[in-house]
This record gives sequence, structure tokens and C-alpha cells, in this order.
Amino acid sequence: MTAVDQGIEHPPHEDGVRRRDFIHVATGSFAAVGAAAAVWPFINQMNPSADVLALASIEVDLSAIQPGQAIKAVWQSKPIFVRNLTAKEQQEADAVPLSALRDPATLEQITKPGHKNWLINIGVCTHLGCIPLGAGEGEPRGDYGGYFCPCHGSHYDTAARIRRGPAPLNLLVPPYTFKTPTLIEIG
Amino acid sequence: MSFPWAKQYEPQHPVMQWIDSRMPLPRLVYNAVGPGYPVPRNINYWYNFGVLAGVAMMVQIITGIVLAMHYSANASAVPGAVDGASIAFMSVEHIMRNVNSGWLMRYMHANGASFFFIVVYIHIFRGLYYGSYKAPREVVWMLGVVIFLLMMATGFMGYVLPWGQMSFWGAQVITSLFSAIPLVGESIRTWLVGGFAPDNATITRFFSLHYLLPFVIVGVVILKIWSLHIPGSTNPTGVDVKGPQDTLPFHPYFTAKDFFGICIYLIVFSVFVFFIPNSLGHPDNYIPANPLSTPAHIVPEWYFWPFYAILRAFTVNFLWIPAKLWGVIAMFSSILLLFFLPWLDNSRVKSTSYRPMYRIWFWVLVVDVLILGWLGGAPAEEPYVRISQLAAAYYFAHFLILLPALSFFEKPLPLPNSIAESVLAKHDQSAATPAMAE
Repeated sequence: MTAVDQGIEHPPHEDGVRRRDFIHVATGSFAAVGAAAAVWPFINQMNPSADVLALASIEVDLSAIQPGQAIKAVWQSKPIFVRNLTAKEQQEADAVPLSALRDPATLEQITKPGHKNWLINIGVCTHLGCIPLGAGEGEPRGDYGGYFCPCHGSHYDTAARIRRGPAPLNLLVPPYTFKTPTLIEIG
Repeated sequence: MSFPWAKQYEPQHPVMQWIDSRMPLPRLVYNAVGPGYPVPRNINYWYNFGVLAGVAMMVQIITGIVLAMHYSANASAVPGAVDGASIAFMSVEHIMRNVNSGWLMRYMHANGASFFFIVVYIHIFRGLYYGSYKAPREVVWMLGVVIFLLMMATGFMGYVLPWGQMSFWGAQVITSLFSAIPLVGESIRTWLVGGFAPDNATITRFFSLHYLLPFVIVGVVILKIWSLHIPGSTNPTGVDVKGPQDTLPFHPYFTAKDFFGICIYLIVFSVFVFFIPNSLGHPDNYIPANPLSTPAHIVPEWYFWPFYAILRAFTVNFLWIPAKLWGVIAMFSSILLLFFLPWLDNSRVKSTSYRPMYRIWFWVLVVDVLILGWLGGAPAEEPYVRISQLAAAYYFAHFLILLPALSFFEKPLPLPNSIAESVLAKHDQSAATPAMAE
């Protein structure tokens, strides 16, 4: 009847494939790839931004921390407990048989070689994410002399290992290195 | 809401039948933008701009939601900032420098606003040329004017949010428009900004409304499409659809055509976003807001310039009304008179293609608005002020004098008997031309 109507009535090819099918598939594929590429920045913008990632590692100066004393630092928005263990605390930790532990680990495995007195942990209870007490001056340290989480009663010992309560694991150890004997870099 | 020969939605699959009898959303889509919506077969590329406006709106909403995740509406100074930069200003810089693809999101949003207005201005002039405001489409047109007003409010408040110099002084000047109202003007202005000058209360309420109004626009857009789909689109001949030979189904004919238009639009948009992202903005807005110092030459965003020129065209008191109030009245009237356009133009011929006299004046109006736009961005000095006065006078004369008068004097050209006839006549012509060339 008109040019338009004549245009769309191509006879089917012998095997039933029309030339137009190729155009449809090619257009659809091109649009799908384009859409996926366009969507990615909209998803990625919710990932940590450059200023957040810039704070991904921190340095902590250990020189002022006396034996028996602990400080808190902040790393990736989480508290870090840095503790200078006394000889007595180290002995207490070493005296515990591994078989008595829920998450077996020795103090040597938790600390760095040659720096057995420096107990460094992420101060987040492995149960449900509360911050345990014990790193601050005068805070209760629990029945095992380490850390105590008041939310659900998890007790950690002087190597920050879980001894009693609902927490499944020892306090986690962040990745860190000694840059000098009194300076660590976390992250 | 369609022509009797529209294809009927008949779901074959049992699942689709099950859905159709309970929540007929697929039927709505089929009848709105699918094969069930017959469209005049002769609509040209100017008719793409309605769909493009919808695309521009969605780009603004999506990028805007993203930016709101990172932006902070707070006019307080960042502690220690030497230049007094606010938290809002620095949060925009944070988006530009730190957020993954943040620069892309912001440049898409800022240029997207300009492109939304470009598309809408073309769409408005398309409506003016083809008489899209005439019966039975008056409500479609008036809802469009409502959307335009909402867009202007949204665009203005969005421009304030980065809290640069142009943001701050734009907020100061635009809210001061309301102080021209006799007696209560100053109280209204204080109420609008929530203080004696734009400050934290202003930026927080503007952010809240800037997020709200786009969704109000979406609501009005839905009403507009609803009212449009009752008579259907106009067409370049302005002759009503008379039968099935005059229409083609929306899908696949106009979905394909709109998709092609969207591709072209996105290419042009990308050129701006990726290569000249600041060309449509004002560099002074990268200076943090300073309430104690106005930039020498302050201008609104370019899409307000024609109306800004009308505002500034009034320089003397007249009829006991101060110049300031005249300017404000004229500026608002220049948009509000569009609501009355369907009754100002009494010509029964819709398409300007068949109105030999009005066709000239239509293009004069286009040039006049472009001149007003140029003047709105120019400094407030001679000769710009005098030209603004002439251009503003023509703007009002066009709608209030010329258009009503032309419907009496003008002798329209003969209209084609039907859309199909005009299409076939064109086809025969174009078929004949190459034959002659050979």
C-alpha cells in the first residue's frame, strides 16, 4: 500500500532467519553492554571514597606506653587496642594450655617476633560488634585480666583470647608492621 | 483513551492473563507506549522532545539521588578554612575529588539541568508552532506550564546548594523578588529564607524542596501524559486523525524513532559532560559564598536569562507602582500568560505551516526570546537595558495583541484533506524528484 508497508514484508529466509533478526540481536546486545557500562559508576559511587581510603593505614607511636598500660587508636573507623604487656601477663598467657582455648593460639602467634610484649588487636568483640572494656584506665578487664565485653559478657585473657562468653573468636589482629621498635604502621 | 482501531491487548500466556485480570499494568503499558497507542504517522523529529524531556528528567532524578548521598546541606564554615568555605561547598568538592565517579555524577547533574531546559524550550516552541495548546489539548499545555514553573523553582534551588558566590547571591536576589510585594513583601522574604539573609536555614529548606519537587514534577508529567493520550498528539499538518490510514502504532514505529533521538541526545550531552562540563556554568560559583561581597556581575543560570531580562527592563516608576514591582509583575506575567494562550489564539488552524502571517511572527518571537536571553546575561547598562525594553514589549505584544488580532486578519492556506493524503502527496513528490534527476 505504502512504502512503509512494503518495506517490512521481506520473505523469510530459507532457514527461517530474517536479516532483521540480526539487527534486533545486535541492537539489543549493544544497548545491554552500554547500559551495563553506564550503570557501573552509579554502583561504584557507593564504595569507599578516596578520602576514606586515604585513612586506610595509620601510624601509632608506642614510646609513651608503659608496661601494663593500654591505649586506643582509631583505624578504618574501628578502635585498635595497643597494650604493653607486663612480664606477669605474658607468663599468664603462656601458662594456658591450647586445649583449654576455644580459638587456640599462642601469644607468639598473636604478637610479632621480638615484640611479644606488644598486644595489638581490633577492639571489636567477635560476638556482635560491641567494643570491649579493658583498654581504658580503670575499666574492668574481665575474669581473665584482658578485656571484657559488657554487652553479652565475653571475657578475653591477657593475649586477647576468648575464654568465656558467647564470642566465637579471639579479638582480631589487624595487619601491622614495626617500622621502628617504637613505631607501628597499621593497615 | 484511544482510537477505535487501536490494537487490543490480548495476552496469550496464562501467566500474563492471570496478571491482566488482577493488576493490568502490562495492559497499561501496551496501551500507553506499545502497539495499542496509535500515533499520527506524520509527526516529525520535533515531536521527539517530549520523550527527551522525560529522559532528561530521569537523568536528573537518578544523578540527584546519588549526589544527595554525598552532599551535606550546611552553610557553616569548615573549621580553619581560610576562604570561609562552607561544609556544603566542601562537600561538593568532596564529590568532585573523592567520591568514585563523583565528578561524573555532578557534571551529569549540572549539565543535565541545562539540557533539560534546552529540551523543554524546544518542546515549548514545537507546541507553539504546531498549535499543540489548542482545543482539545488546553489541559496538556497548561500542565506543561505547571511543569515549567516547577522546573524553574527546582533549578533555582539546586543552583543554591553548592553555596558558592553565585549560589548565595542568586538566593539573595531571587528571594528579594518577593520583597517587591506591597506591605507584606519583606515578611514573606524573611519567611522564605528563614532569616534576614540566606543562611543555614535557607540551604536546608532548599535542599529538602529540591529533593521533593522533582517527584511533584513526575506526578504532573503523569497527569500530562494521561491528558495527552485522550486526544493523542498533534501533527505537523494540524489536521485531526480521521481513520486508521492516518496513524501508526507507537511500538515499534515511534519507540524506534524515539530511541534514535535519545542516542543523538546522549551523544551531544556526553560532549558537554566529558569535554566542556563547565561551559554552561558560571566560574564565580567556584568561589565560596561571601555574604559581605557581591560579585560585580551577577547573573542567574542561562535558562533564566530571558525572564531576567524582562525583570530588569523596568527602570522607572509608572502609574504609582514602583519600577521594582513592575519588573517582578512582568517577569511572572511573562510565564503566567502562557496559561491563557489557548484562549488568546482564536485561529482554528493549528499548524503554523498553514498560517502565512503567523509563521513570520512565530520566528520573530523565537528571535525575540533569544535576544532576551542574550540581554539577560549582559550587564545592566546601556544599550542592553533599552534593547531589553523593546524586546520585552514585543514579547507581551506578541501574545496579547498580535496573536488575538491575527485570528481575524489572517487567511490560512488550504489544509490537506487528511494526514494520509499529505503523507502520500509528499511521498509522490519525493518519488518523482529522483526520476526527474535521472
